[in-house]
Amino acid sequence: MASLTFDSVTKRFDDVVAVDALDLTIMDGEFMVLLGPSGCGKTTALRMIAGLEDITDGKLLIGDEVVNDVDPAKRDVSMVFQSYALYPHMTVRRNIESPLLVRRYRVDGPDEPARKLTRAERTERVEEAARVLGLGELLARKPAALSGGQRQRVALARAFVGRPKAFLMDEPLSNLDAKLRAATRLELVDLHRRVETTVVYVTHDQVEAMTMADRIAILSAGRLQQVGTPQQVYEAPANLFVAQFIGTPPMNTMPGTVRTDGEAGPAVDVGAGRVPVPPGLAAHLGEGQPVVVGVRPEHLVLAPDGPIEHRVRAVEWLGHECLVFGSVGPSPVVVRQTGMASVDAGSTARVTCDPAQVHLFNPDTTERLT
Amino acid sequence: MSDAGPGALVSSVDTGNNAGAAGLVAEERLQGRGRRRSRQRYSAREVGLAALLLAPSIAVFVAFAYRPFLNLLNWGTFESRRNGAYFVDVGLSQYREQLTGSDFRDGLWHSVQFVLYTVPAGLALGVLLAVSAHRRLRGIKVFQAIFSSTLASSVAVTSVIFFYLFNPVVGLIATDWLNDPDRAMIAVSISSIWQNMGLSFVIVLAGLQAVPDEVMEAALLDGYGAVRRLLRITLPLISPVLLFLLVVLVIFGLQAFAQIDIITRGGPVGATETLVFKINRLNRPDNIGIGAVYSVGLFFVTLIVTTLQFVILERRVHYAR
Repeated sequence: MASLTFDSVTKRFDDVVAVDALDLTIMDGEFMVLLGPSGCGKTTALRMIAGLEDITDGKLLIGDEVVNDVDPAKRDVSMVFQSYALYPHMTVRRNIESPLLVRRYRVDGPDEPARKLTRAERTERVEEAARVLGLGELLARKPAALSGGQRQRVALARAFVGRPKAFLMDEPLSNLDAKLRAATRLELVDLHRRVETTVVYVTHDQVEAMTMADRIAILSAGRLQQVGTPQQVYEAPANLFVAQFIGTPPMNTMPGTVRTDGEAGPAVDVGAGRVPVPPGLAAHLGEGQPVVVGVRPEHLVLAPDGPIEHRVRAVEWLGHECLVFGSVGPSPVVVRQTGMASVDAGSTARVTCDPAQVHLFNPDTTERLT
Repeated sequence: MSDAGPGALVSSVDTGNNAGAAGLVAEERLQGRGRRRSRQRYSAREVGLAALLLAPSIAVFVAFAYRPFLNLLNWGTFESRRNGAYFVDVGLSQYREQLTGSDFRDGLWHSVQFVLYTVPAGLALGVLLAVSAHRRLRGIKVFQAIFSSTLASSVAVTSVIFFYLFNPVVGLIATDWLNDPDRAMIAVSISSIWQNMGLSFVIVLAGLQAVPDEVMEAALLDGYGAVRRLLRITLPLISPVLLFLLVVLVIFGLQAFAQIDIITRGGPVGATETLVFKINRLNRPDNIGIGAVYSVGLFFVTLIVTTLQFVILERRVHYAR
């Protein structure tokens, strides 16, 4: 167990900046998810922790130790790869045992020298890992005889058997089918609670991030966009990128202009009506100020007397809810409603929203106004 | 035998694959994705179509491989009289005599020597070069091209080059090996090792490139050092390729002819007369019966050696990915 710190870490591949001056502290025992679209640098960041990529600039610390030049095997971290990367020629038992066979461990106390484990100690640890992950009956098999979910659990067991300072996981669920993925999410959270170790988990899937993370770090184009709990990034996105990356369907955004001449206080004219502004912000807004309005689909309500005009293009009924696709002025806008909506494609509906749920963004910096 | 070559071996490696995986089939069936379907009955139409499609290749094999081979077996039963003026059918007695004779034994020993000199060195060199050139470095392709270039040179050219390299007067490796009965075979072997290097390199490199990067990275994080990684992870993972290369190199070794004919002509004092060289020498009307016996002998030696390699090493080869 240890914390991990990126101190303005940069990684360049030739001319491409994969990770740009990343500052991030992952606390001891925390489940941190690095989230972002492909090519955002999240996997590179993870591989730098493992030591599989050199660090171009900045410092990376595990605990208090700068590990920039420490050999991957000496960093005491373990990794679960997307492809699981099991050794196909070894049995499940040997796969799990493999780090114990070659590494030295400080098992006699922090001041005693590290040593190889005895056969009895290895067996005990392998059996424990197998028991925790439900692999007891599979120990004699080779990976080829396992299903995807079983292979994945073997990879977890191999990562976990050496009790590393941190677990690194690179999209470990992406090769599983949807049902198994949902089940494994719960198992992973459960496993993390049991072993209480630091986890760094890379994914592009916001559902995985929202459901498993203690905190989420959202990256785009090599830059950190926001770090926070799932609730924080959902309810208070730092900028337009985060607002549109988190949530399905994403947050609606509409460019508009602040108007202070209305009866109900300041509002934003979005071309097809006025969106009320959040109460705390009203005092900071000036007439004619350009802003981008952000409202999540579930915070828009179809109401006959609503102030905003919504041209309906299609209605998708999903059983427990329905999504009304359309546009407000030039901007595409989705309204989410429980049950069935009483509007038809091609008609014009009116919508309203709670001012407290409206976000305003600076159109130039894309930062959220607070 | 020689036209069956590597192509036939590839298919036998594949067959081996199924056999190796047989142990897993039971478990895989449980998961409903058995790799080998249980023997199913085919309809008469299917059997007829299969026969029709196979007919051309069977015809070719019968005309150019099986029937000549039967002829060869038959020739072996005829002993020449009066320097080939006429032949007498002596049944299997010529086989018995010749295959236990000292000349055949000498030829077999020289062939085995040649194999022992060329194969382990060829395998080791192939692995060494391929491991050192299997890197993501700028310009590595240049080295890969250089290492594989011997593949493109003919045996005749290579042999002439080494014949001059070993020349005691003008050669760069000015030794007297070619005139030394104890060393001549080593000299011939060196030219063959060089000749085979390109093939070994290309095949091992292809094997290395098929090993997933993530598996090697997992080994790195697990704490395997460079040597352990090579011995415990890399070599087992490319073992099917190594088995293939071993079988091919052994057959090349048993069949080697041109390099011996060009570099030493079997000499000095017959020290490099391998079985194939002797067969070639015997291939005259007055000795054709004995030549046939030797050929059949070589065929069975090759068959037994190859089968043994598969039987013994199959267990240690990991096909599963």
